[in-house]
Amino acid sequence: MTSDARPKLAVHKFASCDGCQLALLSLEDELLSLVGEVEVAYFLEASSTTIEGPYDVALVEGSITTAHDAERIQAVRKDAKYLIAIGACATAGGIQALRNWKDLDDFIRAVYATPAFIHSLEKSTPISSHVAVDFQLNGCPINKYQLLEVITALLQGRVPHLASHAVCMECKRRGTVCITVAQGIPCLGPLTHAGCGAICPAYNRGCYGCFGPMETPNPDSLTSHLRKTGVPADELVRLLRGFTGFAEAFRSASEKLEKTAP
Amino acid sequence: MPPNLPRVSASVALPKPALQQVFDNLRAAGFTLVGPTVRDGTIVLDEIARLDDLPVGWTDEQEPGRYRLKKTREAQYFNYGVGPHAWKQFLHPSCLRLFSVEKSNGSWVFRPPEEPPPRYAFVGVRACDVAAIGILDRVLLGGEFRDPHYARRRENVFALVVNCARVNPTCFCTSMKTGPRATTGFDLALTELPEIFLVAVGSDAGSEMLRDTPWEAATAFDLGRAARAMQDVERQVERQLKTDDLPRLLYDNLEHPHWDEVATRCLSCANCTLVCPTCFCTTVVDTSDLRGTKGERIRLADSCFNRDFSHVFGGNIRPNIRSRYRQWLSHKLASWIDQFGTSGCVGCGRCITWCPVGIEITEEVNALRGKAAK
Repeated sequence: MTSDARPKLAVHKFASCDGCQLALLSLEDELLSLVGEVEVAYFLEASSTTIEGPYDVALVEGSITTAHDAERIQAVRKDAKYLIAIGACATAGGIQALRNWKDLDDFIRAVYATPAFIHSLEKSTPISSHVAVDFQLNGCPINKYQLLEVITALLQGRVPHLASHAVCMECKRRGTVCITVAQGIPCLGPLTHAGCGAICPAYNRGCYGCFGPMETPNPDSLTSHLRKTGVPADELVRLLRGFTGFAEAFRSASEKLEKTAP
Repeated sequence: MPPNLPRVSASVALPKPALQQVFDNLRAAGFTLVGPTVRDGTIVLDEIARLDDLPVGWTDEQEPGRYRLKKTREAQYFNYGVGPHAWKQFLHPSCLRLFSVEKSNGSWVFRPPEEPPPRYAFVGVRACDVAAIGILDRVLLGGEFRDPHYARRRENVFALVVNCARVNPTCFCTSMKTGPRATTGFDLALTELPEIFLVAVGSDAGSEMLRDTPWEAATAFDLGRAARAMQDVERQVERQLKTDDLPRLLYDNLEHPHWDEVATRCLSCANCTLVCPTCFCTTVVDTSDLRGTKGERIRLADSCFNRDFSHVFGGNIRPNIRSRYRQWLSHKLASWIDQFGTSGCVGCGRCITWCPVGIEITEEVNALRGKAAK
């Protein structure tokens, strides 16, 4: 295959930590064969040399938090055949969406010496709130093998194999015993989209939902059960409002809890 | 059978430490021993070699949605109920590579999975789990289509069964007529008494594994003690599932409003199906490398609680939690009987203990019955 025939890949960053685009570089064993199949045309994290669009695939990391970015994402969309939102920021607004429940001006005044220089939008929102998204990869950060699977599937014109069931399936497949049932540790696994391979419960830590809500989440049942076992409502609100707290299922559940909390 | 070994169907007394010799005999005969051991705050099933690996002096407390491991003062070996693992994870692995394939000189070369599976000796199988393996046998070997992967793992299994010494509030084996004492399906079956194991010999292979142990013919006293202990255990089973009106009750109530109620509690997280010793559903995933010249076909455990499971051409036939919970319960207790000639439930109670929100299959059936549509 000549280099001209390779599909062109672009990686764009919005409000984010860069951790998800680094997943591409973390594909150490696969990187050489990857660049043999796709032309990495725009990836500032890896190279300051860029090739102009349009691109076949745009990987978009980060959430929209400024008016400038709200305009820029429109241009990214126009320039890309397929737009894939990668990571909790791009798919759910990210940890910075915690400000969506607060007064932004309070933060700006508390943090910046000259608040007048800061031009932020009131809310941090996912890419899909602004433009049409062709595919979403969840996670904080994303799983690099899932990224590879999506690129592979695109190259081969097939559907990527990415399960959207609960993390519980992944715990069971790796033989991890349920830490909620056996130890009483609050865990968002039953509500959370699979894909990480159930890392946290394997290390005795409750899932904190960084892959966002699973396909048919039932948060009200889990939170009311956990409250009965003695977990305070405010702790559950904090658990739901993590890296994907602004995703609809987690957001509405945490807001409901806040209303009922004593 | 040589005179130094007991005959099949005999009951013998074995000093507890002599169980190590049985383990050694099994290992010498080429078996991989799998049995109960303490890990992650529970009693799981894993490879074991020595008596020390068993949960000696441990017990468990189980109730809907809750499991706790407890230390006891007695040094009993098998004083606990069934845990989060079931034997299907060895007989019907949750992740299995079926074959790999590679394009070579323009043609595809298929390779089967490499090594043959181990010969397993299952240690500490409970009566309900013996019944569960019997159900898997029917499902995966009994019909027109045999599962060769299950068959290869199953055919050489040595079953060292343990009759239950205690009952959890989640157990309902007596309703399903599977326990607490195993009457068939074992090579050796132990009943634990304070200082000895009373061992029932179920097969020639079982007898052979008593070689070089100080076994003695069981006395009437030992037999009496063991029988009384088992009667006590049986009386402790409080949870019940009335089965005489099944499967009719479920078929007559497929539109019962209670399915909506349970759907408000069910998380559709699939934990019940994954801990169930008889749920056998799988999905198949084909993987490929970037260039599309190498691939694998992998079989993964699946669940009727996953949305993709019921996705067929044109849409999803079970689009909500209500329809998925109804599918699971009515298959387990009703259509399973039509399909395989037996209930899919053995009364082990795992789905009750390991449901993160403590949904009880027995109570859901009772609720349907209590408010059954006329």
